[in-house]
Amino acid sequence: MNPHHQIPELAIEAESLVKHYGKTRAVDGVDLRVRAGSVYGMLGPNGAGKTTTVRMLATLINPDAGRATVLGHDLLREGAALRRRISLTGQFASVDEDLTGRENLMLLAKLLGFRGGEVKRRSDALLEAFDLTEAAGQQAKAYSGGMRRRLDIAASLVVVPDLLFLDEPTTGLDPRSRNQVWDIVRALVNDGTTVLLTTQYLEEADELADRIAVIDHGKVIAEGTSGELKASVGSGTLHVALKDAAGRESAMALLGARLDAPVASAPADETSLSVPVADSARAMDALDALRQAGLIPLAFSLGQPSLDEVFFSLTGHPAEPHNEDGPESAQDAKGPEGAQKGHLP
Amino acid sequence: MNLKTDTPSVLHAVLADRRRPVPAGAGRNTLSFGWRAMLKIKHVPEQLFDAVITPIMFTALFTYIFGGALAGSPREYLQFLLPGIMVQTVVFASMYTGVTLNTDLSKGIYDRFRSLPIWHISPITGAMFGDFMRYTLSSIVVVLVGLLLGYRPVTGVMGVVAAIALLNVCAFGFGWIFTTLGIALRTPGTVMTFSWLFLMPLTFASNVFVDSATMPGWLRAFVDVNPVSLLVHALRGILGGTATAGQIGAALVFPVILTAILSPVAMVLYKRRR
Repeated sequence: MNPHHQIPELAIEAESLVKHYGKTRAVDGVDLRVRAGSVYGMLGPNGAGKTTTVRMLATLINPDAGRATVLGHDLLREGAALRRRISLTGQFASVDEDLTGRENLMLLAKLLGFRGGEVKRRSDALLEAFDLTEAAGQQAKAYSGGMRRRLDIAASLVVVPDLLFLDEPTTGLDPRSRNQVWDIVRALVNDGTTVLLTTQYLEEADELADRIAVIDHGKVIAEGTSGELKASVGSGTLHVALKDAAGRESAMALLGARLDAPVASAPADETSLSVPVADSARAMDALDALRQAGLIPLAFSLGQPSLDEVFFSLTGHPAEPHNEDGPESAQDAKGPEGAQKGHLP
Repeated sequence: MNLKTDTPSVLHAVLADRRRPVPAGAGRNTLSFGWRAMLKIKHVPEQLFDAVITPIMFTALFTYIFGGALAGSPREYLQFLLPGIMVQTVVFASMYTGVTLNTDLSKGIYDRFRSLPIWHISPITGAMFGDFMRYTLSSIVVVLVGLLLGYRPVTGVMGVVAAIALLNVCAFGFGWIFTTLGIALRTPGTVMTFSWLFLMPLTFASNVFVDSATMPGWLRAFVDVNPVSLLVHALRGILGGTATAGQIGAALVFPVILTAILSPVAMVLYKRRR
């Protein structure tokens, strides 16, 4: 499709990227290897360093240390050439809210070198493809969250990039809009674009990404396919729901001893326990032991660990902010910006 | 998928169209951002209130407050005051350049602009087109209000056109102060505060309202070299038919120096911001 650019096998090869803000190391030595034509997910909570990493790779800010080759271009020396082949959809709506949807796309088309009638033709084609034709003449500030996101992504595709950065593309979207964004990402990759997306949602990384880097406190703490990440925690997890909290302590001791592994209990629900298990036969033994001790569970299940559990076991804290967590997550709820800045001085 | 049923194929067609037009150069980039400034005026006409209401107020107010006391009658005073009010209005308007730019820079859209293969400073050079529109509009309003109150430029329409042209050139120069502040400072509020530090002495310790001949020597020493005074002086010359090349040259000195020093500073700051 694009004979002029021989796309190297790795779209991104970053080594030890570092970015400080004051004393905070927002990014503390990140290595990334992203295969061309794949969707790569960067998974982590607010303030983990995802956005800063993306901003470095998209040439918006320079790293304080480290090096990276993006689409074969050296990040520091060939920024101008690189900008011709990438697009960025930022975490906060990167569209002009005062302009209409069509004007936003036409502005970008003009800036990118389209001329005359081509400006409007390309804009209208994008509006149609992203189901925005009816709203084309409305100011973007009147758009719903999902429409704004679609316009934002369309704006990144006026010239289809070889590499697209999507920074938290579905944060704050309803499930329907989220599914639309997912479909767009899949279509893009089908057509040959590499996508680097950041997300706080394990489900999203699981759903879209070929490989995932789990990021926490500016460092990649695990990397692999979602299957590999799950396997790294154990072959599976036994979940047990107790009848009541009374038998919790003895059930935890029993399961821990039988399965030779730490027993986790859900913070919000004391009757729910989970233990990593090596094989299903030992899980059955453990359940039998519970029965003999008179602690018959209400329900139990054995399955691959979810990415949630992977994240928890890697970082010791949950990935997604939960609303019941109190004042700290109330701050998160104000919006990603406030929360992100909260981690920076 | 909840998009329309035919959307996947339309989407595919759009994504398969991998044309890369020849990049637009610095000039076309600037024009495109100029177009953005025009669209913003179209969609947010409120931003022009300031450019229209302030000059009406200033012209009418100062004519009648000072006119009788300073020149015997408001009408006579207006002949002296109007060129000064034109300058004051436009210099105030150029402050809003900095405030507007600061607000604009903090929005996500600038992340997109920065990631585009465009002349990196073109969002700012393009925004200056919108400023020229505002300056010209404000100047015309001042002149119209003046005409209504009895002002008569000796040099007629051509004089007014020449005066507005010189005003725009000089406002472009002064504008770099506020553009630089707009980029360097974090919030619109601080941009406003710092801008006033420049604006108050520049506009009030000047010959806008009274001839500097009546001032004490120490003040006069400042007022006579104040770039605002020099510009007012040149405008009075142009509109009164007594302009000399020296006057106009003197009015241009500071704006040229400001542009030469501050435009590269602003560009470096813009590159470094964030």
